[in-house]
Amino acid sequence: MIAQLSVAERQLALVVLGLLALAGLAMTVAGAVNGDLIAVHGLIVLVFAAVLMFVVGQGYYAPEPSPARLAQYYDDPTKVGIVLAMIWAVIGMFVGVWVAALLAWPELTFVDQAWASFGRIRPVHTSGVIFGFGGNALIATSYHVVQRTSRARLPGQFSPWFVLLGFNLFCILAASGYLMGITQNKEYAEPEWYADIWLTIVWVAYFVLFLRTLQRRKEPHIYVANWYYIAFIVVVAVLHIVNNLALPASMGEYKSYSLFSGVQDAMVQWWYGHNAVAFFLTAGFLGMMYYYLPKRAERPIFSYRLSIISFWGITFLYMWAGSHHLHYTALPQWVQTLGMTFSVVLLVPSWASAGNALATLNGAWTKVRDDATLRFMMVAAVFYGLSTFEGSFMAIRAVNSLSHYTDWTVGHVHAGALGWVAMITFGSFYALVPWMWKQSRMYSPKLVEVHFWLALIGTVIYVFAMWNSGILQGLMWRTYGESGGLAYSFMQSVEAMHPYYIARMIGGLCFLLGAIVGFYNIIMTIRMSRQGTQPDARDVPTARADQVLVAGE
Amino acid sequence: MAEFHRKLERNAIGFVLAVIVVSGIGGFVEIAPLFTIDETVEHDPDMRVYTPLELAGRDIYIREGCSACHSQMIRTLRDEVERYGPYSLAVESQYDHPMLWGSKRTGPDLARIGGRYSDDWHVRHLVNPRDVVPASVMPRYGWLDENRLRTSDLGRRLAAQRGVGVPYTDAMIANAEADAIAQANPDNAGTSGVYERYGRETHVRPFDGDAEVLTEMDAVVAYLQILGGLTDAAHDQQPEG
Repeated sequence: MIAQLSVAERQLALVVLGLLALAGLAMTVAGAVNGDLIAVHGLIVLVFAAVLMFVVGQGYYAPEPSPARLAQYYDDPTKVGIVLAMIWAVIGMFVGVWVAALLAWPELTFVDQAWASFGRIRPVHTSGVIFGFGGNALIATSYHVVQRTSRARLPGQFSPWFVLLGFNLFCILAASGYLMGITQNKEYAEPEWYADIWLTIVWVAYFVLFLRTLQRRKEPHIYVANWYYIAFIVVVAVLHIVNNLALPASMGEYKSYSLFSGVQDAMVQWWYGHNAVAFFLTAGFLGMMYYYLPKRAERPIFSYRLSIISFWGITFLYMWAGSHHLHYTALPQWVQTLGMTFSVVLLVPSWASAGNALATLNGAWTKVRDDATLRFMMVAAVFYGLSTFEGSFMAIRAVNSLSHYTDWTVGHVHAGALGWVAMITFGSFYALVPWMWKQSRMYSPKLVEVHFWLALIGTVIYVFAMWNSGILQGLMWRTYGESGGLAYSFMQSVEAMHPYYIARMIGGLCFLLGAIVGFYNIIMTIRMSRQGTQPDARDVPTARADQVLVAGE
Repeated sequence: MAEFHRKLERNAIGFVLAVIVVSGIGGFVEIAPLFTIDETVEHDPDMRVYTPLELAGRDIYIREGCSACHSQMIRTLRDEVERYGPYSLAVESQYDHPMLWGSKRTGPDLARIGGRYSDDWHVRHLVNPRDVVPASVMPRYGWLDENRLRTSDLGRRLAAQRGVGVPYTDAMIANAEADAIAQANPDNAGTSGVYERYGRETHVRPFDGDAEVLTEMDAVVAYLQILGGLTDAAHDQQPEG
């Protein structure tokens, strides 16, 4: 793959990696002087940079790549991104099953060590699946989609790698940090200040790369999938920077303190937290849906107007909704009311998106029946509709008084994360993998079918278990006995959760098994490509050169 | 509308700017006033800051991810007030960088856990929760009792806290390490300094039962025992609760 980089790009890569190694060395030394754990992260950065320098060095003297490559799309980073996403999926979901088991059987911890306790490995699960799996899937598919819908090759061969691998370094720092107890405890923004600074650099490079590709486009219009990828990249940058403003104890220590405190910090965190759901887990994946679903169904998007309404509706309304996480708290009530109101209205653009996707399948229902890949995407759209309805419902103050702090919230999150985010990703991957490795189909369509049913059954078990436990928990906490006192102790509500926690673990296990089957199938498809490939002659940027228009025209 | 949009979607830079403006409104309207409207946080001149030992305990609470399962925010609901005590006020987490309100109660709320149980109960509970609460699903935290507390960084941590707005004095920062050691050892000559800087109400005792060795357990128990006790504002405001 290094041979595909121009010699100047190889030099640039070595310089950037050299700087990264220096930064790692500085962290190691400063940490060692203070006896601080930041030294371990410095070492990880150093080793990461050194390994990549070695890889670049190995290919450094390869001849300059042929200019003919510029007439092709640049897909190597997408391929690596798909594999990385699947590795993180298996890791993240495995840890998820592990922490689920710990809630059912707290003594099941195989190693009685600090790093293996629930509080430290739980964020490895959440960050592993959201950032590791979801983030890599978004980066990989965004590279693919923006090239095809712009009929333009990525502007260079260095920056796509910088973004992809830099993002994975962030994921490694995040996960390894939690195990050592390095966390700033902000939900879904746990990594400490230096990892946050690194992600900011990577994200700016991502933004520039995406925009430069769009500026090279040979289509006058920017396709709707790219609107969502733009919103995802831009808004996540803003959220990330504001939410992570913090002051480190010193430059040689991992510990930092948030710039905000108390009620303002709560509002900032949930403005971030809810919109991480909106712009990371929704907008980005809607981008995926708007490309792969119509491509696979071979049907155009049902309605252009609905696409516009739902895009701007989501972009505007979601940013108001975060305060519904803080009903009945010390947050001023006017903010709570605004959050609730906008959350309810948010149902309109959400269902417009889900409806637009399902209506696109009209005329292709026989394909949905026969093709598990398309069925993944169809079910994803259904779960998207269901969980956005549930979300608006749970944002109503009276409902939230029951659901908040309970497993119902966990069930809701997983209806979205398993049913929508993971399903649309698997569907998109099953469409994308044969294209990327130039095969006519996946290694085993039967295994795609097996994966589909494991994923669906797992999701349903999980969500039903958490609905039951959450509502039961909420009711037990607020039930009054005949004597006028609270009827149940807190511990009685904990004991009542036990069967549901087991069921939840089984549901999660099914989902994990499905992901492993999917990973195997993808690996075998990649191996098939060694036996021979069937390139699609139409899949090149200049295929319709006769219709070329100047970008922005 | 469609005509306007057809133009907008031909211009990448214009599209990006539109996304920034449209997405920026909500957060701005909801967050900015929280810093300017005076009633957002109640005023309590008697609100005290965490001692260095309590802050160290809080940092360990954060390190172990306790707030994944324990909230510190009692809502304004009758059953919560009966179960946990007066509902939480904004002033009570005024010095919490970051706040630890939490979002899930796999275990009970801890906003007013301070003083509810003895130090000894907390130590036994943290070493093995099932020794004192048989049906508990909480992990064991035995290593807290074995790890010596690192105090060399406390001065820098207090200084950073002051940097983000917590009113630590120069004397508090200069004596951070000594105060942490003294707070867990009543025989230490420095205890008078702890009282002087943090008030007569400050808990000074061997939290883990051993005055000689300062462990992470000392810090965590000191933190748990002060939860809900930094200010009386909630009790003053809701005497019935």
